[in-house]
Amino acid sequence: MSSETFIVAYEGEKGDTPTLDYAIERAKKDGANLLVVHILEWSPYSFLTPDELEERHGRRKQEMARAKEIVLDPAVAKVKAAGLEASAELRYGSVVDKIVEIATEKSASMIFVGRAGSQSMAARVFGSVPIGLAQVAPVPTVIVP
Amino acid sequence: MNIKATLAALLVTLLAPLPALAQGIDETINRIFADYTGWYVSFIFAPLPGTTFSWIALWLVVGALVFTLYFGFIQIKGFVHSIQLVKGDYSDPNDAGEVSHFQALATALSGTVGLGNIAGVAVAVGIGGPGATFWMVIAGLFGMATKFTECTLGVKYRNEYPDGRVSGGPMYYITKGFNERGLPGGKILAVLFCVFTILGALGGGNMFQANQAHAQLAGVIGDYPGWITGIILAAVTFAVIVGGIKSIARVTEKVVPFMGIFYVGVSLIILIMNYDMIAWAFGQIFMGAFTGLGVVGGFTGALIQGFRRAAFSNEAGIGSAAIAHSAVRTKEPVTEGYVALLEPFIDTVVICTMTALVIVITGVLNVDPETGLYVWNAEAGRIATEGEVSGVALTSAAYARAFSWFPVLLAVAVVLFAFSTMISWSYYGLKAWTYLFGEGSSKEVVFKIIFCLFIIIGSAANLGPVIDFSDAMLFSMAIVNIIALYLLMPIVKREVNSYIARLKSGEIKRFKH
Repeated sequence: MSSETFIVAYEGEKGDTPTLDYAIERAKKDGANLLVVHILEWSPYSFLTPDELEERHGRRKQEMARAKEIVLDPAVAKVKAAGLEASAELRYGSVVDKIVEIATEKSASMIFVGRAGSQSMAARVFGSVPIGLAQVAPVPTVIVP
Repeated sequence: MNIKATLAALLVTLLAPLPALAQGIDETINRIFADYTGWYVSFIFAPLPGTTFSWIALWLVVGALVFTLYFGFIQIKGFVHSIQLVKGDYSDPNDAGEVSHFQALATALSGTVGLGNIAGVAVAVGIGGPGATFWMVIAGLFGMATKFTECTLGVKYRNEYPDGRVSGGPMYYITKGFNERGLPGGKILAVLFCVFTILGALGGGNMFQANQAHAQLAGVIGDYPGWITGIILAAVTFAVIVGGIKSIARVTEKVVPFMGIFYVGVSLIILIMNYDMIAWAFGQIFMGAFTGLGVVGGFTGALIQGFRRAAFSNEAGIGSAAIAHSAVRTKEPVTEGYVALLEPFIDTVVICTMTALVIVITGVLNVDPETGLYVWNAEAGRIATEGEVSGVALTSAAYARAFSWFPVLLAVAVVLFAFSTMISWSYYGLKAWTYLFGEGSSKEVVFKIIFCLFIIIGSAANLGPVIDFSDAMLFSMAIVNIIALYLLMPIVKREVNSYIARLKSGEIKRFKH
């Protein structure tokens, strides 16, 4: 049994494949297990229409089921296929905050995050997930190009 | 070539009588409207025998007072806790992604903050004098307890459907609550409430909004027939509620809060610019509250106008908020009651007071230089103003004294406020409609089309009959809702006592965020 846990911040997009592959490679070398983390961006201070309020509870269930099925399950299967121990974590909130929270909770020793998806104008102005993690992550963070 | 010329001539001939025809439509709608709704409006606003005080205003105020006393001034004692709840201090982090207290409050507010705060206050101050503001604030403060009661019940007796939808409202707490207490007549009251809600949605939640949106647009662009605004607003609303183009509603829901903040910001700047007059304005408000400052109707005039406009603006006791608040994610219905009590505070005590202060300070109400009293325009039945305007136009004129560009921005804000209120009320109306006729897309479309048609009527009708009808419908909802609240308040009391006990014992914990 390995004592270390590595976190992979995983969006499930195509660009994330190298990140997951690299994390698997590093985890193998270090004998660590992998925790695949997927965060659904959410703010309790956003504004919704009355219809959206009514449907929110049902939508959340759908969103979580979809994220598990399409994003997390295949990633976990891939990690396990590589012969590593794998688990998954799905949460709602601000992506950077939640990854940091999970890293602290699970006493993770490293975070892997893809650089992909951070090229947009908005990301350059307001900061992206990798930049955010680089600034506030409590453990060494690897930004995978 | 000849055919083209003939067609053009034909088109000109056909279109020429259009403006006259349009004016004709306006007048016809107005006449029919006043003829058919007048008797009901007179009944709702009938004065108590031997007084000028309408029984319906007394009904709301007594209700608010009873709930305030019954729950031991919960609006004061629970105010800090309300803010903690909105901040999410007691929200389980595992519930992230569900409807938060903040979201329920914000959505409910976007249905209430709007024209009531801009046009309604101007109507109140225009007729009742500055003193109306005082009574409006008092009604707002007491109304907080009413909102607390109805929204707690709204969450307690809401429905959670198998597909994950969550909705509720007075029709559900009336039927379920009455059954629980073994009281008869729940079903009848619920049906009655739904009928009034549908009419209220078409009145205050629709026609009044459309009417004032048109008034403001016409004030900025220049006069043009109301049905034009009506058709445009109806088309956009149709696209959202029938066509399902949610992006429009979403944009509005996001822009409206910023408009609200901007409105308060501009009001504050005007007040700061005239800081030396604030004390005087408060003096006018307090003196006017008890003397009427020479306004016809005096003290009771100010009181009635204040109470009427407060109820119309913050909707406490009407029951609509209970529908909006019921979808929140919480295990404790009382928590949403606490959150909801902030609504009349923000809406009436803060925003309405801002508008009233700006109207008083900027001096748009004409004052007789010799007596120092307000000049009464007997013909219009209100205080004489510059340009003889009322409603949203009066607010616009007041703000324009400080910033000449404000009317244009206010026109945009008014249209957006009106639109978001209409979207909210189309939802409330629809919930009442489906309670009566059952769910099903064809049944729902019928209501939605009726709703859109009423936008056109509202834009074309005169302000007088529209406001009166809007008020009459909203207050009719309050008659049924407050009867139910009286009968169900012991249930709320039990909930509150249990909640407070568990809060004190530490069973209900604050979460670290």
